[in-house]
Formats: sequence, structure tokens, C-alpha cells
Amino acid sequence: MVANTGTQLRRRGERTKTLALTAMLIPGLIVLFFNSYLPMAGIVMAFQKIDYSKFAFAGKWVGLRNLKLFFGSTYTPVIIRNTLLYNFAFIVLGKFFSMAFAVALNELRGLNAKKVYQGVMFLPYFISWVAVSYIALAFLHTDYGLVNRTILPMLGMEGKNWYQTPAAWPGLLIFFNLWKGTGYGTVMFLASIAGIDPSLYEAARIDGANRWQQIIHITLPMLYPMLIITTLLSIGSIFNTDIGLFYSVPMRSINGLLADVTTTLDTYVYVTFSSGGSASTVNLSSAAAFIQSIIGFVLVLLSNMVVKKINPDYVLF
Amino acid sequence: MGKRKHSRLTESSTCENVILHIVFLLTMCLCLVPFVLLIMISLSSESSLVNHGYQLIPSEISLTAYRFLLGKSTSMLQAYWISIYTTVGGTAASVIITLMFAYPLSRKDYKYRTLFSFLIFFSMIFHGGMVAGYMVKVQILGLKNSPLVYMVGALMSSWNVMLMRTFLQTSIPEAMVEAAKVDGAGEFRAFTSIIVPLSLPGMATIALLTGVGIWNDWFSGTLFITDSTKQNLQSLMYQTIQNAEYLKQHMNEVGGDTAAMLRNMPTESARMAMCVFAVGPIILVYPFLQKYFVKGMVIGAVKG
Repeated sequence: MVANTGTQLRRRGERTKTLALTAMLIPGLIVLFFNSYLPMAGIVMAFQKIDYSKFAFAGKWVGLRNLKLFFGSTYTPVIIRNTLLYNFAFIVLGKFFSMAFAVALNELRGLNAKKVYQGVMFLPYFISWVAVSYIALAFLHTDYGLVNRTILPMLGMEGKNWYQTPAAWPGLLIFFNLWKGTGYGTVMFLASIAGIDPSLYEAARIDGANRWQQIIHITLPMLYPMLIITTLLSIGSIFNTDIGLFYSVPMRSINGLLADVTTTLDTYVYVTFSSGGSASTVNLSSAAAFIQSIIGFVLVLLSNMVVKKINPDYVLF
Repeated sequence: MGKRKHSRLTESSTCENVILHIVFLLTMCLCLVPFVLLIMISLSSESSLVNHGYQLIPSEISLTAYRFLLGKSTSMLQAYWISIYTTVGGTAASVIITLMFAYPLSRKDYKYRTLFSFLIFFSMIFHGGMVAGYMVKVQILGLKNSPLVYMVGALMSSWNVMLMRTFLQTSIPEAMVEAAKVDGAGEFRAFTSIIVPLSLPGMATIALLTGVGIWNDWFSGTLFITDSTKQNLQSLMYQTIQNAEYLKQHMNEVGGDTAAMLRNMPTESARMAMCVFAVGPIILVYPFLQKYFVKGMVIGAVKG
């Protein structure tokens, strides 16, 4: 009898605990429902005619028409090419510069200087893309910009109307992306360098290895796991681009000439979607968003599988 | 590091060191000069801008831009206020919601841990996309033209929940919660009196991540807000830069009065001053930002 009440009490205690802990989840669950799960259900809109006047996702079903239109468009290969090539450049150059800066900072003598360099390089990461657009304009403005008014005349060259020169933008976009993101990558690689066992360097020095040999045979190999993992994660999101970089920085809404070199899947979704309910292109946005969601999902799963093979400690899930 | 320093101080390594310092000094300039340029343009007089363009050392200094922004035009102050209260309110709410969600998931003895962890995880790898997100926020939540839209999207990030969960698992011993409950405290009491104080460093990381995110959010305003009095500073900045450039390209088509008004406004320096106002707070909190951000990155690297 006594043992019985004991079990009952414990069971009741267990139930109260579960109830209390579950109650703590409620606010987050509501947020998750509206911010993540309802929009997930919304991808069915790729098979509907978008209708702003109807309640969400209650548009008329049109089957595969939107997707067919999207893939039939001659512009679609350009968008996909831009998205993939820019991301490829961002990954390769971004990793290269981050690793190079991290290794170089680690070799640097003078702890204070090191902290200052790292701190300053990380700063651009924290400002918005709109602020970057202002900075870009300060340099590239046709009439007043530092490039046209000061730098190019000093070199004896003519200024250009940069916002009407598509050929300049692949380089510019890659530059701005590196300018904003390299500090982040550097800090990340520095953190993994800090985790390298110092006795490895001791041993190498006893064997007579110089600084270069230590970098090539110890530091870099120890960074490979981090490099591979972060690269695979970037590949998982290779269909995503930052709309701030591709839309705000080149001031796309007023510089249509730059469309061919700045349209990625994200800007395309935004441009077609904000073109208004009456425009025929508006239905293409849901098709493009659908493709982006599905391919992104598959790529994350695939890259995670590869990571698991290489080093199970680094898997996302 | 310390031992390595005096082991091999040859001439060449000193030389290498000098080269490295030069490379980093140049990189540092590359990162800082744009900010200096912004400030200098905002401090230039309009006539020096027209005559000499944007300069790193302005030929004539003037505070007109700041007087203009803080005086007559209330649109910037209005937008600034919206930026401040959405950032403060959204961050506070987000930290509380995130901690309350992460804590049960960090408890190994919580029955539905796996289920809710999966919900979070799945939301990290599958997204509904911009179109569906817009429909939910506008047609279901009715957030069109509401500044609340800046907060809603940031109320709980799944990445932050995972970060917080890892933080709780690695830095708060389960025995402490047990001890509190033996003393007769319920789950909620244990949460408020033990977990909350112990997770302040984790909360600071989440707060800074979220705060910077809301402060820098220009796109929500572009997508959801058409009434310019409801926009935050970043959205106003976005609109200003596009409109000003548009007007300049089409100056001939704009009527005489408007064109005259535009010429008299310190547009060039004023918009750069607006950008200084937007970036300023980030630079002010930057020391904390950097410290807690790196901390968060290290926690996240333990197990993503």
C-alpha cells in the first residue's frame, strides 16, 4: 500500500514536471508555427494562381503551370547561372582569404596588434547591406564618388557611370561580399587554430621544421576539417543569396541595366512578387521560391550525409 | 605561442613579420576608410560636395546635414524611434522565448525532448520561402504597414535555440536543478531562480545576435510597409537612397518647384549623416558585440 502511493506520487510528480516543461515551450511553439510551419505549408502556392484578395493559400489550383512557365522562360538559365557562379566565387575566395588571414594573424608577433587587426576586420560584418549600399555609392557615385572624382583622375583615367556598367558588377559584388564576410571567416578559423595541440609544434621544431613547414604540415592540415564542413554547409545553401547584396547595393530598383548580372533566385522572387497582383510574372515568384526551398532542402541533406562520412563530430544533424 | 616566439628569431622571420604587419595595416585601412568617408561626407558643406565631390578631407566643414536631420525633418527621428523600440522590444521578447524553449530541450529527463528538438531542427533545413512568408504575415497576422513586422520575424531563431540548448547543456550542471527541486522549488521556480541567472552569458550572446539582426533589417520594411511613417531607419535609408538617385536621373521631368526644393536640401550630406546615425550604435556596442559573438561562435562549434 505504502509502496503503491509512493509510485503514484512519483508518477504524479513526473506528470507535473512534463506539464511544466511543456508549458514553457508554448510561446516558442506559437512563433515556430507562424514563422516556419505555416509558410512551409504555403509552398503549395507554387501550384496555385496567386491571389492577394483571397485568404492565404486559397488561390485557384493551376497544377504545374507556374513551374512550366518558370522552366520555360529563357531568363531562368541566366538566374540559375548567376546564383551558382556567384556562390561558387564567394565560397572559394571567401574560404581562401579567411584561412590566409587566420594563419597570418596566428604567425604575427604582437598580441595587441593582432587583437586590433582582428577587431577591425570583423567590423563590416555587423553593418547592414543598406549601409554598405551607402558606402558603395560614396565610392561609385557618378558625379561625386571618390572613384570618379579622386582616384581615377589621379591615375589619369576617365570616370565611368558605374551603375550603368554591367561588366563592372560581378567583380564589385564579389568584392563587397568579401569585404563584409572575410572577418567572420577569419575569426572562425582562428578559433580552430587556437584548438590545435601546441605539442605538435614542439615536436615539429625539435625535428627542425621552420615556420613555413609548420604552417604547411601542421596548421593547414588541422584546418581542413573546419574548411570541409563549412564548405559543405555553404553548398547546402548554394541556391540562396543575400538580397541586400544583389538588390540594394547595385540599386537594382532604379538601374534595370544591371539585371543580367545581379538577378539571382532571391532577387528574382522579390522582383516578380513585388511586381503586383495583376502582373503575369507574379505567379513565377512562387514557382521560383518552391524550387529554392526543395533544392535547398535536398542539398542540406546531401551535404550533411557527406559530412557524416568525413567526420561525424561535425554533422549538423 | 609564447614558447615559439623566442625559439627561432632569425632575421628573415622579423622581415616576414614586418611584411605581415604591412599587409594587415592595409587591410585594416580597407575596412576603416569607408566609415571615415561616410563621416566626412556627412560633415561636408553642400557647396564643397558639388565642387569637389566626396572627399576624405572635406574642403569645407559644415554641420548643416545634422541640423537638417535633427531639426525640421521628423521622418528620420520617427524612423529612429521605430528602430529603437522594435530592437529593444524584439530582443527582450526573443531572449525570453528562446531561453524558455531551449531549457526543456536541454533537459535529458524531459519526455518530449526528441519531438520538439526535431521541430526546431526541421525548421532549420526547410523554409517556406518569401512568398509564403509574406502571405502568412499579411493575410493571417495582418502585419501590413505595422512596425511589429520587424520584431515578429526575429522572435525566435532556430539557430539561437540550438545555441542556447548547447550552452545550457555544457555550462549548467543538471545537479543544480535537482538540488533546487529537493529544496521544494517547482519547475518554474527552478527556472527563474537558477537557470535564468546562470544563463546570462548565453542570453547576452542571443540578445546581441537578435538585436543586430532587427536593427539592420531593411528588407521587412521594403516588403511589408508602404506607409513611410511606419518604417525603421534602415528601410527609410533604403528608400531615400533609391528615391534620391531616381529623382536625380529624372530631374528634368520633375517640376520646377520640386527641383528647386531638392537643390536646396542638403541631400548628399544628409543621407550620409543618416547612415552615420544607423551605423553609430553598432560601433558603440561593438566591443561587447565582438566578445559575445565570438563566444557564441565557439559554443556553436562545440556541437551545431
